[in-house]
Amino acid sequence: MAIRRGRGVAAINYPTGMNLGGDPTQALVHSTPTGNFMVTLSSVDLGQGMKQIMAQICAETIGVPTDRVVVDTADTDTGPHCMGTFASRGTHRAGNAVIQAAREARQVMLEVAAEELEVNASDLETDGEGNILVKGAPQKSISIFDVALSAHFKRGRSISGRGMFLIPRSYPEKETGAMKPSTCYAHACTVAEVEVDDETGEVTVLTVKNVFEIGRALNPKMVEQQLVGGSWMGISHALYETTEPYYPNRDHGGTDFNQYLMPGPGDLAQTEIIVLERPSADGPYGAKGPGEMCANPQIPAVANAVFDAVGVRIDTLPITPERILRALKTQADAPN
Amino acid sequence: MELRKNYFADQRKDDLHEIGQPRPRSDSPGHVTGKTAYFADRNFPGMLHLKMVRSPHHHARIRSIDTSEAEKHPGVVKVLTAKDVPHNVYTILILIQIGPEDETVLADGKVRWKGEAVVAVLAETERAAQEAAAKVKVDYEVLPAVFDMEEALKPGAPLVNEYHGQNYYLYDSGECRKVRFGDVEAGFAGADHVLEQTYQSSPIEHAPTETTGCIVAPEGNDRFTCYTNTQAMFFTLDNASIILQMPGNKLHFVGGTVGGGFGGKVDVIVEPIAILGAKLTGRPVSFIYSREEEMQISSPRAAEKVVIKDGVMNDGRIVARKVTGYTDAGAYSRHSPYGAQKGAGHYPGPYTIPNVWIDTYCVYTNRTPSSAMRGFGVTIGDFALEVQMDKLARLIGMDPLEFRFINAYRDGDMKAHRQPTEGAALIECMQEASRAANWPVAEKYLSMSSYPKGA
Repeated sequence: MAIRRGRGVAAINYPTGMNLGGDPTQALVHSTPTGNFMVTLSSVDLGQGMKQIMAQICAETIGVPTDRVVVDTADTDTGPHCMGTFASRGTHRAGNAVIQAAREARQVMLEVAAEELEVNASDLETDGEGNILVKGAPQKSISIFDVALSAHFKRGRSISGRGMFLIPRSYPEKETGAMKPSTCYAHACTVAEVEVDDETGEVTVLTVKNVFEIGRALNPKMVEQQLVGGSWMGISHALYETTEPYYPNRDHGGTDFNQYLMPGPGDLAQTEIIVLERPSADGPYGAKGPGEMCANPQIPAVANAVFDAVGVRIDTLPITPERILRALKTQADAPN
Repeated sequence: MELRKNYFADQRKDDLHEIGQPRPRSDSPGHVTGKTAYFADRNFPGMLHLKMVRSPHHHARIRSIDTSEAEKHPGVVKVLTAKDVPHNVYTILILIQIGPEDETVLADGKVRWKGEAVVAVLAETERAAQEAAAKVKVDYEVLPAVFDMEEALKPGAPLVNEYHGQNYYLYDSGECRKVRFGDVEAGFAGADHVLEQTYQSSPIEHAPTETTGCIVAPEGNDRFTCYTNTQAMFFTLDNASIILQMPGNKLHFVGGTVGGGFGGKVDVIVEPIAILGAKLTGRPVSFIYSREEEMQISSPRAAEKVVIKDGVMNDGRIVARKVTGYTDAGAYSRHSPYGAQKGAGHYPGPYTIPNVWIDTYCVYTNRTPSSAMRGFGVTIGDFALEVQMDKLARLIGMDPLEFRFINAYRDGDMKAHRQPTEGAALIECMQEASRAANWPVAEKYLSMSSYPKGA
C-alpha cells in the first residue's frame, strides 16, 4: 500500500446568460422624497446575494452610498418581468437593466439639482456620498436629500427610471450550427493536488489553486463566497455525488444526506482563489457571471491529478474508490 | 481571495465608489440569526397539505385508479387525478416555443418513470394525506423500460414518450444540434496522431438545504397567491397560467430568499397542482417536497456521455475535433433539449481548432426527468474536454499546461459557431495558475497575451 501524490490542471471558459439569448430582464428604480432609492425586480435571490449586488450597481450609477438603496424583488404583482435566476444570468442581465433604470433616474435628479443651483445639468457630478457638486466649483453643491424633496414637493418631477436588458435570440443555422451562444465568457484555470491510497482507492484533495477571470468583481467578498463554494461543489461532483451510483441502473439512489455523499468539513481542500478582471463589453461595469463556471474546472483537474498519482484514467463521474481500485486491478492484470 | 489587478489593467477603470467594494451583504444578519423568512415560514388557517401517490414502476400502463377508500379517510378533503387538470399535458419551455408538450402534471393512462405523480391527495394534516395516499389503488400493467441511452437509441427500443415518437428530441436541424466547421476528415487524415475517447457522468442532485415547495392562499377576490421558492417567478406564473387555463392576472407569485437552488427550482412542478388544489377546495394548500422527493423525484443534473475524437500534431496543435454529446433527459424534456443545445455552443472548448464537428443529442429514457443545474450542458463537457487535453498532451510528450497555451483561443480567432472570439482571458488564467501552483512553463508562454497589447 502506498499514498501516491499527483496533480492535474484544467482550463475552461463559461458562457454568461441563457444559451442563444432571448432572455429579458426588467428593472425599475425610483427615489423616495428623502433621497433613498428603491430598486424593483423579479429576480430571485438564491443566497448568491442578488439584492446586495443590485443595490451596489444602483448606488454606483446614481452616485449615492449603497446603504441608501433598497432592493425589492420576487413579487409578480410589483416586479417587472425577469426570465429567472439561472444560467449565471442574474447579475449580468438584471445588473444591466438596473444600470439603465438608474441612469434614467439620475438624469432627472441632476436636472432638478441644476434648477436648484441654476446651472446646466451637464455641469454637475456626484461625490458618491450623497451630494451633487458643480464641476470645478465643489463649494457650490446640494444634497440629494434636498433635491429629492424639491423634485417631489416643489417641482413635480419623478426621479425614476425603467430598465430592460435583452440580448436578441440567436437561432442556430441548421447545417453549420452557426450561432451566437453567448455574448461574454468567463474563464478559469485550476490546478488540483491529490493523494490517492492505492490500497483503498480513496482520494484526498490536498489543494486546489483556482484562477478565475470574471470580468469584474463587483463585490469581492461576495465573489469569494461564490468561488470558494463553487470550488467545493466541483470537488464534490468529481469524487462523491450521484443520485444513481450504478447508472444507468436505477438502484441504490440516495434519499437523504446520509446516503447522498458530499464532502464534509474534514474533507475540505486547502483552497486558493485568484481573480483576474477583463471587463466584458456588455457586462454591468464589465461583470460576467462567475457562479456557474466556478464549479466546473475542479472536476477535470482532479481527474487529471488522479491519473498523475496512480496512472489510471477514470473517465466516468463520480471517481469513486471502487472505480479506482477496479482500474488499478485491470492495469495490474494487463499483460506487459 | 486575491485580485490580480495587473492583468488587463489597461482595460479597466478602477476608481469607482461602490463597484469593487466588499460591502457586507445586507441580508447576512438575518441569515445567521435565523430571522430570514422563507416561503415555508408562512402558515394559514385551514391550510391543507398535498401529498402525491407515485408510481412504483419505471414504465407502465394505468388500467384503473380507485380513490374511493382514500376519499373516505379521516381528514381528506379532495383527491385529484389527471381529469381534474385543465391543461394536463405541458412542457416548461413552450413559453419560448420549444415544444412539443410532452409531460403530464398527473399521469394519464401511463407512467414513464418510477416516482411519477399519479394522484394528489389534499388533507388537513400531512399524516392524513400520507395515509390516504397509501390507500389509493392503481392497477398497473408493467411495460418494458429502457434506462441506457445507447439502448434507447437502438431500433426497436421501447418508446419512452409517445409525444416525441422516438427516443430523442427532434431539433429543427434533425435528431441533433449540429456544428460543422472546416473539414474534420481532412484534419484527421493530416494529423500526426488521432485519439478517440468516451467520457460519462451520472445524474447528480442539487441537494439544496431547502426542498422544493410552495404554499398557495386563495385571496378574497378570486385571486391566488403562491408563496414559492422558484428561481424563475414569471416562468412559473406563465406556465401555471397555461396549465390551469387561468388568466395570468388571477395568479400572484411571491418569492423571496431561496434556501439554495443551483437550477433545481426552475422547473414548474409543485405550483400548478397546489394552486389547482386551492382553487377546487377554496382553502390554502401547502405542497413541500420531502428530502426523499428532493433526492429522487425533483430533476437531477442529466447524466451525459461525450465521445471526443481529436487529430493532433507533434508540435502540439489540435487540427481536428469531433464531439458527439448525449444528454439523458429521462422521461420528459423539461430543460434538457436546451441543455444539450448549450453543449453544441460550448464545444470544442476555449481553443482555436480549424476543423470542428459537433453533434449533441437529447435522449429519452425511463428515469427521473433531468433539467437545469449549475452549468448544465457545459460542466460535463468541460470534464470531457479537459481530460482529453491531458491525454493528448501526454500522447505527444508535451506538458499539459504548455499544450493548452498552444491551443488557447485569443481575440479575433474564429469559433466553430462562426463568432469571433472576444474578451478572451484563458492565457492569462493559465499564466497565473502556472505561478500560483509553481507549475513551470517555458518563458514564451508567460509572454503570451489574449489580445494584441497596445491596441
